[in-house]
Amino acid sequence: MTESNGSAFEQPASFAFDAESEAEIAKIVARYPEGRQASAVIPALYIAQRQMKRQTGSAWVPVKAMDAVGARLGMAPIRVYEVCTFYFMFNTKPVGTYHLQVCTTTPCWLRGSDQVTEACRKATGIKGWGETSEDGVFTMTEVECLGACVNAPILQVDDDFYEDMDAEKVTALLAALRRGERPTPGSMAGRQTSAPDGGPTTLTSLQFAPEA
Amino acid sequence: MPKLTIDGIEVEVAAGSTILQAAEQAGIEIPRFCYHERLSIAGNCRMCLVEVEKTPPKPIASCGYPVAEGMVVHTDSPMVRKGRRGVMEFLLINHPLDCPICDQGGECDLQDQAMGFGADHSRYDENKRAVPDKNLGPLVKTSMNRCIHCTRCIRFITEVAGVPDLGATARGEHMEVGTYVEKALGSELSGNIIDLCPVGALTSKPYAFVARPWELAKVDSIDVLDAVGTNIRVDARGTEVMRILPRINEDVNEEWLGDKSRFSIDGLKRRRLDRPWVRENGKLRAATWDEAFATIAAKLKKVSGDRVGAIAGDLVDAESVLALKDLLASLGSANVDCRQDGAKLDASRRDFYCFNTSIAGIEEADALLIVGANPRREAPVLNARIRKAWLASGLPIGMIGTDSDLTYPVTNLGASAATLTDLHAGSHDFAKILTAAKKPMIIVGQGALARPDGSAILAAAWRLAAQVGALLQDWHGFNVLHTAAGRVGALDLGFVPGPNGKSADLMFSGGVDLLWLLGADEFDPSRIAAGTFVVYQGHHGDAGAQRADVILPGAAYTEKSGTYVNTEGRAQRGFMAVYPPGEAREDWTILRAFSAVIGKTLPYDTIDALRKRMEQVNPVFGRIGHLARFGCSDHAGPAGDPSVLSDAPLGSSVQNYYQTDPISRSSPTMAACVDAQSAPALAAE
Repeated sequence: MTESNGSAFEQPASFAFDAESEAEIAKIVARYPEGRQASAVIPALYIAQRQMKRQTGSAWVPVKAMDAVGARLGMAPIRVYEVCTFYFMFNTKPVGTYHLQVCTTTPCWLRGSDQVTEACRKATGIKGWGETSEDGVFTMTEVECLGACVNAPILQVDDDFYEDMDAEKVTALLAALRRGERPTPGSMAGRQTSAPDGGPTTLTSLQFAPEA
Repeated sequence: MPKLTIDGIEVEVAAGSTILQAAEQAGIEIPRFCYHERLSIAGNCRMCLVEVEKTPPKPIASCGYPVAEGMVVHTDSPMVRKGRRGVMEFLLINHPLDCPICDQGGECDLQDQAMGFGADHSRYDENKRAVPDKNLGPLVKTSMNRCIHCTRCIRFITEVAGVPDLGATARGEHMEVGTYVEKALGSELSGNIIDLCPVGALTSKPYAFVARPWELAKVDSIDVLDAVGTNIRVDARGTEVMRILPRINEDVNEEWLGDKSRFSIDGLKRRRLDRPWVRENGKLRAATWDEAFATIAAKLKKVSGDRVGAIAGDLVDAESVLALKDLLASLGSANVDCRQDGAKLDASRRDFYCFNTSIAGIEEADALLIVGANPRREAPVLNARIRKAWLASGLPIGMIGTDSDLTYPVTNLGASAATLTDLHAGSHDFAKILTAAKKPMIIVGQGALARPDGSAILAAAWRLAAQVGALLQDWHGFNVLHTAAGRVGALDLGFVPGPNGKSADLMFSGGVDLLWLLGADEFDPSRIAAGTFVVYQGHHGDAGAQRADVILPGAAYTEKSGTYVNTEGRAQRGFMAVYPPGEAREDWTILRAFSAVIGKTLPYDTIDALRKRMEQVNPVFGRIGHLARFGCSDHAGPAGDPSVLSDAPLGSSVQNYYQTDPISRSSPTMAACVDAQSAPALAAE
């Protein structure tokens, strides 16, 4: 299959759910009443994408996997293609071992997503969005609001949010990933969830009411 | 029934109607792209904006907005006009405006509505998006830059055709209509998406850059490539048929047309018989009409009347059938047959060979049994009606035969005809469904009748229909599905062996010395005995002409005015769109001229006189276009012993939808369809 930008990649000749995926799908399909199995299409596609990650190291959904989801849920293949291509979260072409998803929506952009992007480019050699580094380790895509604006800017690696990023932190994170480490996700500035940077600034003198 | 006011006109409409439907009832046209009355409502083009009083002050998409009591709607207020102008501007942002080179030009909804709501210039300076064209097979040409994403094609293919091949992939600016994985559309009704497309994104591939709509002469006609009697419009320029489009007839084809009927017109220009031929010393040579007639007349002199026979083919008009029958009668012969495939049709009563429920009646049925037919291949438009009934009511459908995948679920009851006996005995689950149904239907196909035990199957099916209550005073649930457009008309005119007459089988195997084939091609010509003198009258050099001793060039259905009776028994009339090629003539005039040569002049000089005679033979021909619904009060069945059924599996008589007759066999487009369907994934050019 050839993408519009000319890059070609191989579609696998076949795809079958493995035992682990089958078990997960059975659990999800059981949530819906008989005849409504198509409701499980999005989780089923995630399961397929994760299985591809396990088996090939690249989390993507080939056409054969979409066909397998369609067959499993009794849907026409095109209905699965529609869903799978609609959501950015499903990769319809192979990605690197680590999928770097940079949020560039306004709050992240105001807080320096441009620097995050630039640092990613420098560390991986990737030039444009959607590209994979030459060594096949990183793919960088642009995503819309990840819903963690308080901790902007965000760099999502696969399923994990790395928050409060800046250029140095990105460089360090990518170096760690290259070494095979997986730093703990969350705020890279060391704050607790989205609590104020450097500790609480309000309610510091809160006194509990004396017990009656 | 809520009452509402639209542009000052008060209308009362059925509850649940939309504003757009109510406006239509009030005679007000609302522009639309995505809305289509035979498809589900999508509401995505936003062209049908109207203003409704006492709602939030914004325009409302009328196609999906239900009416309410006392609603006051304005369809031409300043807000509406401004809203529609805005929508049009958005639609035109990514539309290429290549009307001068677009095949839709002149009959384009976008073009028309841009005249009403378009601006005189564009404010959009960015690049327009470019979308790769899709290859949907040999019939539908795509130009996806022009697509405005109305999704009519997707909804038609999914809902009406029942072959979910098309979809909208990706999102937002990247949304594309297509198959995602390249393949030819697997539907026999795919050509209809060309008509449905409101812009030039989907156009006809064989018709690409061929003609402009305003150059074409438009003639109403009837399709003859299956027995549905689809109402068509033949668009011709000069001597050439450029395209065929469906006409709306709610009782027959709604507004659909099968691909074979739409696209096999290039077969009308190939392998044509355009002059008479006479066989001399084993070789055919070009001849004049006089020579051809003289050759036949000389042969006739040596043959006694009862050794002359005639077989009518599948595409023949009723006029020429009657002229041929009268000619044979004047020679003293009752050897006439219109069942060249040997179908055991019983012509003694009209409801033994008609689709009595009527096509529109399918929607009333509450159980359906199909015996030895594949409506999808034999009559795709009728099949769409069955699917419509199934979608609406969940119609339970049983099938005796080997066919499946009819675009709706069928319960396979068994392949052998003996299943009919099981159903009659009640030992089958489906028998209970049929018995419990108030309006059960049984469809018997030609695949069940054109076999040695055909009359037994016909009788058994009738017996079952009587038993399960399909034959009532106000409901006739016994149906024969024909595949030949000329068959019912010929049966109506009694074109079957008379007293002591010989059947087609006997005529083939040496029962006659002179055999007149009127467009009969659907048999193996080697079956005709060696000594038989064969006259072939028809329009294509197909099986019949190969074996002929004299060839009389006739007219194809677009080249003559003719009456055809569809499988329901509805007589319909088509008109001449172009002249027959070369020396070919309208078929009834050939027979009339020949009758004068042998001194047995037929008593009609004009087609009107011939039609008067048809009406005398069968009053059905006096009621053109009309079909009375009737029940069944006489349960006596057709001839045949329902107990002598063979075990051979039942199947459809049509294995290859795209090539069933001389016209479609001559068509390169149909040949390309066969290739595409045998390997849909490899349809790429």
